[in-house]
Amino acid sequence: MTFDHPAYTRRQFLGNGLMLTSAALAVPSFIQSSAQAMTAALLNAGVTSLPGVPDDHVLVVVQLSGGNDGLNTVVPYGYGEYYKARPGIGIPADQILKLSGSDGVGLHPQMTGLKALHDDGLLTVVQGVGYPNPNRSHFKSMDIWHTADTTATGDGWLGRYFDSECCGFGKGESGRAPAGAAEAAVSNQPGIAIGRSAPLAMQGRKIKPISFESADLFRWIGQDIHESLKNPYQEINRRGETAEAAGGSDSNAAFLMRTALDAQVSSDLIRKAVAIKPEVQFPSTEIGRQLSMISCMIRAGLKTRVYYANHGGFDTHAGQGGPQGRHGNLLSQYAEAMRAFYKDLKAHEGDKRVLTMTFSEFGRRVGQNASGGTDHGTAAPMFLCGPMVRGGVIGEHPSLKDLDDGDLKYRIDFRTVYAGILEQWMKADSRTILEGSYRALDVVKKS
Amino acid sequence: MNAQPVKSTEGAAGRREDRASSSLAPIRPGAFGYDQARHLLWRAGFGGTPQQIQTLASWGPEKAVDYLLEVGAVPDGSSRQASFDKDIMQPPSAEERRLYAEARRKGDEEALAKARLMRQQKERADRMQVGEMQKWWLGKMIESPRPLEEKMTLFWHGHFATSYRTIENSYHMFLQNEMFRRHAVGNFAELLFGIIRDPAMIAYLDNNDSRKGRANENLAREIMELFALGIGRYSEKDIKEGARALTGYTFRDDEFYFDKGNHDDGAKTILGKSGKLDGDDFVKAILEQRACSQFICRKLYSFLVADLPPLERAGPGDSDGPAGSVVSQLASTMLASKYEMKPVLRRLFLSEHFYHPAVMAQQIKSPVVLVVGAVRSLNTPVRDLSILNDAMDLMGQNLLFPPSVKGWDGGRSWINTSTFYVRQNILAYLLTGKKPVGYDANADTQKYDPSELLGELAKADPGAEREPARVVEYLLRLTLGRAPEAARSSLMEFVNTSGGRVDGENRRDLLVGLLLLITAMPEYQLC
Repeated sequence: MTFDHPAYTRRQFLGNGLMLTSAALAVPSFIQSSAQAMTAALLNAGVTSLPGVPDDHVLVVVQLSGGNDGLNTVVPYGYGEYYKARPGIGIPADQILKLSGSDGVGLHPQMTGLKALHDDGLLTVVQGVGYPNPNRSHFKSMDIWHTADTTATGDGWLGRYFDSECCGFGKGESGRAPAGAAEAAVSNQPGIAIGRSAPLAMQGRKIKPISFESADLFRWIGQDIHESLKNPYQEINRRGETAEAAGGSDSNAAFLMRTALDAQVSSDLIRKAVAIKPEVQFPSTEIGRQLSMISCMIRAGLKTRVYYANHGGFDTHAGQGGPQGRHGNLLSQYAEAMRAFYKDLKAHEGDKRVLTMTFSEFGRRVGQNASGGTDHGTAAPMFLCGPMVRGGVIGEHPSLKDLDDGDLKYRIDFRTVYAGILEQWMKADSRTILEGSYRALDVVKKS
Repeated sequence: MNAQPVKSTEGAAGRREDRASSSLAPIRPGAFGYDQARHLLWRAGFGGTPQQIQTLASWGPEKAVDYLLEVGAVPDGSSRQASFDKDIMQPPSAEERRLYAEARRKGDEEALAKARLMRQQKERADRMQVGEMQKWWLGKMIESPRPLEEKMTLFWHGHFATSYRTIENSYHMFLQNEMFRRHAVGNFAELLFGIIRDPAMIAYLDNNDSRKGRANENLAREIMELFALGIGRYSEKDIKEGARALTGYTFRDDEFYFDKGNHDDGAKTILGKSGKLDGDDFVKAILEQRACSQFICRKLYSFLVADLPPLERAGPGDSDGPAGSVVSQLASTMLASKYEMKPVLRRLFLSEHFYHPAVMAQQIKSPVVLVVGAVRSLNTPVRDLSILNDAMDLMGQNLLFPPSVKGWDGGRSWINTSTFYVRQNILAYLLTGKKPVGYDANADTQKYDPSELLGELAKADPGAEREPARVVEYLLRLTLGRAPEAARSSLMEFVNTSGGRVDGENRRDLLVGLLLLITAMPEYQLC
């Protein structure tokens, strides 16, 4: 038998926004919005605002996993105690990439990529970020950052953002929206995390993120086993909501059929998006690959408002190196990927839409250990990037004299940074989302 | 015996739109056929092979249900012996504590760093062990000859949800798991007395920090709200007094310990009962409430029969419709049997209600049921338990790591566009050995041959196993519980493009292809 397409295949279905509109009543609302996004991307390539979307701001989170050594990232070269505590791995003052307007702190010499962003006014350094009673377990501390709760319990903070912003309109993923809700809902596509599993931060009670290591895996692998399976598979899963669903349109069967259709559509959209060639060459590192994918998805007009990338390997207990070496390489990979990311975003005029927040679960101890490395510590700097950020350095460097058992005392609670991003960039109510009142740190320029 | 699946209750199709009746009247033996036996195996376990389905069908409802229920009568033939190290997370000895305190006092950085390192090593070893434990339990669910025992152990794990993430003691998780298994189809009252003595639960809900004068309310609150009564069935004062009653209920090493010095033995009033009540009196006061059996039966109904909306503060299950009446009747059975589970389960599994078309093949499989059920019902190779376990995590159900004390929400919350692909792909892995992480040279090449699934078809009607239409219908009936027309025609089209035959040398490949497509159908997510 030949694999003739049936008269009305899903591929044609997707290829033409107008046909979709005419079939709107028969398909789930998710598809309508995807079609809008696609049409927008096709018709208005390069515009910064999508029609029908009141707010097109995007947040990208970059997680440095393992506990990044903040002291060798934003280096307090003006403080003698720093060199005393780190005789082997301290970064000589003459190699530091000095930050304008800062007092005795500068970037690790391998971070020229980030220095470039700084020079273009695209970088904010927030110093000494942490939380009370610091936990030095990777897992606990990461959970604390992800839940924005010092007991490390509950849903993720971004998950709560999705729950409150999205489901407030009565519409979850594949849920049934009341008439007009699709237009009202700002973020009607869940967040996307690049990685094997989605981070806790993005897990809401109602909304769960999409996650995939590479877009090729965000699809059914059965079709790789034999190509003859491809067409019947698509046929089976594009039925959508049909009369045959036992128990009517509110039944679990009908719900599953809608989700199957959603999955195919978003898989197609995402894989089509990441197949776009970036405008600039990204470094061929893992973090470069992730940010390149995210840039492509933003460019394709996906309505996702939060993306998540992960850069691992920062648990430098031994031989972390100084100006050169393992830690420097990790920083260089991050900085170069960020440089390429904003260059690419700018090339398709997406940079103004994208704020990137970088954090790690904790910094490291002030003193180096006997193995030329550093052990788990506490407060550390965060980076915020994008044309909208306030620029420069926020906060003072934590004291290197007044230590807590050999660790830095934090000066800025990370939740005030979250609150600033939520309030000033995502235009969301940080109190509801953070389940507490935190004074929002001024992180975004006043427009 | 007629192996071609008998039609389900006559006229069922015509009544499909009806809601399930609330009748707990026993199912007529004549109405218990292939479809009903299949349904029973899925809900009271993790599905069955065609042979198992056929056997239960031939036994009739009473014998089939009793076989599943009397778990003690079936030898536990599991090859998976539990041998876990109980000492990994033992608290530091007095000597170690003394040395650490001294190092702190002297500011001996090196000694402190060493102590930190040792603690990290212990924690790492313990995380490894909890990973082994997850695989051990998953393997047990796949192999156990007592599926209901494992299914109910899973139920209690979700009900008395305790997470390793919080307690960080794998051996305590194991002890709790064994307790759930011991009482799987036992007595709920005993289980509730057990839970206030369970080290994992005590640590999870901070009761080891609860003492006279500053009682921690966590355990008392969750017992009332989530474990036994339901929100609105008690007062805040009951919680406060209950927490006082539970003071001193703690553990030492791996055992329950009643710390008399920390116990508040003053007068209390809990749910109308007064006296110098202790933790056991607190549990007794709860068990005397009608709301308790009602609450447990409602939860059981959601797990075994059909989703119910979250419990409201209002009267018991008043928005549940006919299901509410079923729950009430089950609760009466539970009360009459003094919280024994077997009579309740027996009545449910033998009821007309349980086999109503609006109930059958309408429940969304949890990740555990999906994975364990696929291996058990299709008899696929087990392949790699780590990969199965990872996939369950990605699908939202990480065993021994429930997301909160509320357990897993279940139902539709399992399903979204991401988990949908994981669900389809883990089935593709079980059927073919292709890992759900792209191309890999080390793909599990253990061949799976579904031919034996057709044995029952061949036995009943020799030759039918070579007729494509019969094979397609038979496989759909086995996997989906029904054979929808559109699915049938898509699969027939696939057979026709692949040579149109289900015998000969490509028989195995064709059958695997059919199963790949069926398990990728939205309906396969239901049981």
